Amino acid sequence: MMQEGLDDGPDFLSEEDRGPRAVNVDLQTDATLQVDISDALSERDKVKFTVHTKSTLPNFKQNEFSVVRQHEEFIWLHDSFVENEEYAGYIIPPAPPKPDFDASREKLQKLGEGEGSMTKEEFTKMKQELEAEYLAIFKKTVAMHEVFLCRVAAHPVLRKDLNFHVFLEYNQDLSVRGKNKKEKLEDFFKNVVKSADGVLVAGVKDVDDFFEHEKTFLLEYHNRVKDSSAKSDRMIRSHKNAADDINRIASTLYTLGTQDSTDLCKFFLKVSELFEKTRKIEARVAADEDLKLADLLKYYLRESQAAKDLLYRRGRALVDYENANKALDKARAKNKDVLQAETTQQVCCQKFEKISESAKQELIDFKTRRVAAFRKNLVELAELELKHAKGNLQLLQSCLGVLKGDT
Amino acid sequence: MSEDREAPALLGAAHTDPPEPQDAEDLFVSVACVTECPEAARLSAEDLSPGSDGHKDPDDPDDPDDLFAEATEEVSLDSPERQPILSDGPSPAITPVTPVTISPRLDVFDRSLDQDDEEEENRDTLDIQISVSDPEKVGDGMNAFMVYKVTTKTSLSIFSRDEVCVKRRFSDFLGLHSKLASKYMHMGFIVPPAPEKSIVGMTKVKVGKEDLSSVEFVEKRRSALERYLLRTVKHPALLKDPDVLQFLESSELPRAVSTQALSGAGILRMVNKAADAVNKMTIKMNESDAWFEEKQQQFENLDVQLRKLHASVESLVCHRKELSVNTAAFAKSAAMLGNSEDHTALSRALSQLAEVEEKIDQLHQEQANADFYLISELLGDYVRLITAVRGVFDQRMKTWGKWQDAQLMLQRKREAEAKLQYASKPEKLQQARDEIREWEGKVQQGERDFEQISRNIRREVGQFEKERVKDFRVVIMKYLESLVHSQQQLIKYWEAFLPEAKAIA
Repeated sequence: MMQEGLDDGPDFLSEEDRGPRAVNVDLQTDATLQVDISDALSERDKVKFTVHTKSTLPNFKQNEFSVVRQHEEFIWLHDSFVENEEYAGYIIPPAPPKPDFDASREKLQKLGEGEGSMTKEEFTKMKQELEAEYLAIFKKTVAMHEVFLCRVAAHPVLRKDLNFHVFLEYNQDLSVRGKNKKEKLEDFFKNVVKSADGVLVAGVKDVDDFFEHEKTFLLEYHNRVKDSSAKSDRMIRSHKNAADDINRIASTLYTLGTQDSTDLCKFFLKVSELFEKTRKIEARVAADEDLKLADLLKYYLRESQAAKDLLYRRGRALVDYENANKALDKARAKNKDVLQAETTQQVCCQKFEKISESAKQELIDFKTRRVAAFRKNLVELAELELKHAKGNLQLLQSCLGVLKGDT
Repeated sequence: MSEDREAPALLGAAHTDPPEPQDAEDLFVSVACVTECPEAARLSAEDLSPGSDGHKDPDDPDDPDDLFAEATEEVSLDSPERQPILSDGPSPAITPVTPVTISPRLDVFDRSLDQDDEEEENRDTLDIQISVSDPEKVGDGMNAFMVYKVTTKTSLSIFSRDEVCVKRRFSDFLGLHSKLASKYMHMGFIVPPAPEKSIVGMTKVKVGKEDLSSVEFVEKRRSALERYLLRTVKHPALLKDPDVLQFLESSELPRAVSTQALSGAGILRMVNKAADAVNKMTIKMNESDAWFEEKQQQFENLDVQLRKLHASVESLVCHRKELSVNTAAFAKSAAMLGNSEDHTALSRALSQLAEVEEKIDQLHQEQANADFYLISELLGDYVRLITAVRGVFDQRMKTWGKWQDAQLMLQRKREAEAKLQYASKPEKLQQARDEIREWEGKVQQGERDFEQISRNIRREVGQFEKERVKDFRVVIMKYLESLVHSQQQLIKYWEAFLPEAKAIA
């Protein structure tokens, strides 16, 4: 969707990039609430996203409006969902990862330092490469932030969240600073406690077959997706490295072609030209694999974690409920604080049942979304691979034809 | 020895039979003592390639008596054949005297153009096939070595049989190269370099590790040895060289210990190399022939670029191998993911994806091999060949240096003689006059050698460039075809996968 043609224009978001992004599908884009990221600006150490909303809902002042948001504000919104007890029974759309241009910036810096040691053409070429890489990372981070918002907008309950509306509409800075060291430390401990607890909770056998199955399934699936995601990243990186080598080979062949005194000069020049073109295609193949495969796997790594979190919350509620039952029985036996025990038990029961009900639907939806997303991306992956292989083949065959004709 | 073959021809004898060592030896001995550079005589062997048998060089005498008569003519500086090649350089103080000490073989050095063309044709349609195969490990531990079977199939008459098989080890090849280099390089012949030694590679093999890297190492070496032999026999002079023939045909070969780095010969080699390097810096040659200067620059540039290209290709090979490994890992991971996926159609599609990726990893592996065996090894060979070419140019410089030194010496002797004129010491005067004559001869020889080597180099470089064009063309076309094949396979695999992906419901 994003990188169709061989040459990407310099503008960050072209027409074709609008609308729901590659990874997630099956989102009801109904007219009542449509959210997208219409523009983005990359500054020194932050990215500014322009969040654009179209809505017919009455609670918004206008039908169409835009605000500028930064990554921290997305995180604030996500965390507010997680901390909200009301949403315990839903899969909270995973937070978008932090924009990370460090690697790219480092490479650009190294290039600048090494400028003296390479020819002007090589330098310009490598600079273009790195700039394209930077652009690709940029597009990706925009996509991930947009997907998050779209997921929220598509969710029947979350879309009504007040914080979400404020996020969309309030055109001042939300004054949400990133977490300071103390808060980060708190988060760290919270996570440790949570995962320890998670193990305990997971140990409790569930009466409901559906949830028991989901628990085992999600655990294994999450681990496998994590593995696949890492391996696909490595594979794509090797692919990129190979494409870089072909780039260097093309340059050297070009120099050889200009220097050679024999008939080989034309030959070298032609082959150099060929490799330049095939290299671009190879780089595109790696980029598309990254988008359709690696990103897909990464996204479902995060989503399956969110689903696991839901199961954990439900499990926690179940344990609380069972404990409340035991407490009630004890209270009744001792005939002490019975009323209090009864209320606690009621609360726990309600909480548990509420979560269970919505969780079931959420998990079913998760599966539907997952299957649809994989289908879409695998099909697109195969189509793109075919397109590139055919392109490569055509270039190679036409070059061979010319070279054979020359002899 | 190659003298065997020239003697009969020069005496007009038919030369279709294999040479008789005994008679020719005697004949040549008498001739040899007259010449200053006996090895130069072996050059004439080139003229006697099977193709040129019926064709006689107009200067080629049938009568031994005429040998010297012919030689006398050739020595003249104004000889028309010389003009185009000779530079304006040499000191005019040298009078064209014709000393008897000139090598009688000069005539055969001047090859007519026709002969050159025929040689080139012979190179292209050379009827000889050499293969190096069946590496076998002999012995154990650190004394172990690999033995290769060298099979030569040919219809050329200089070989005793149509098909010969011998067993050779790596040091035998190095020994052969060393002999050829010492015989021919100083005459300006580009002797193909032997494959490089590799301590690490061999140690692994010796120690007995049967892993992939030592198997690859042996295969790489085997292929390199084969290419080395093929290049060597392509050169008409080297093909007829007795050392080459002995290498290809005789079942027992004396062990070439001088190729070991720490042997006496090895150390001598190192000393010589250092001396050469110093010489290179101190000899400031007046290059009056622009061709040589141009060519040297071209080869220098070519050297730089080829090394760069070689490095990039090696990097590509490495990354492609990495890609293959990582794709295989991903394939396995995708298969596991497919297994744990509980939606049946998606599960199947993921397994299919895993299969596609597995096939693709095989493809990458094959492509990496093509990258390597076709391109990388070719480039490595040419980097070494260019070093040999540049070495030959250096030899020419050395030859020039010798010539200049001889001229200086002659000058000094003349000055000494002039001084003695007024000293009235008749014996010393006579001695000085004798020395002058001696050095005049050396100057002549030096000039002749210089012209000879220049001529040879021109011819060799011309041939080398032709070969280079051919080699690169052929290899690169093959490589492109391998890329075409890869892409076709890729298309097949993804086309098979697409319906599976679409079938996910």
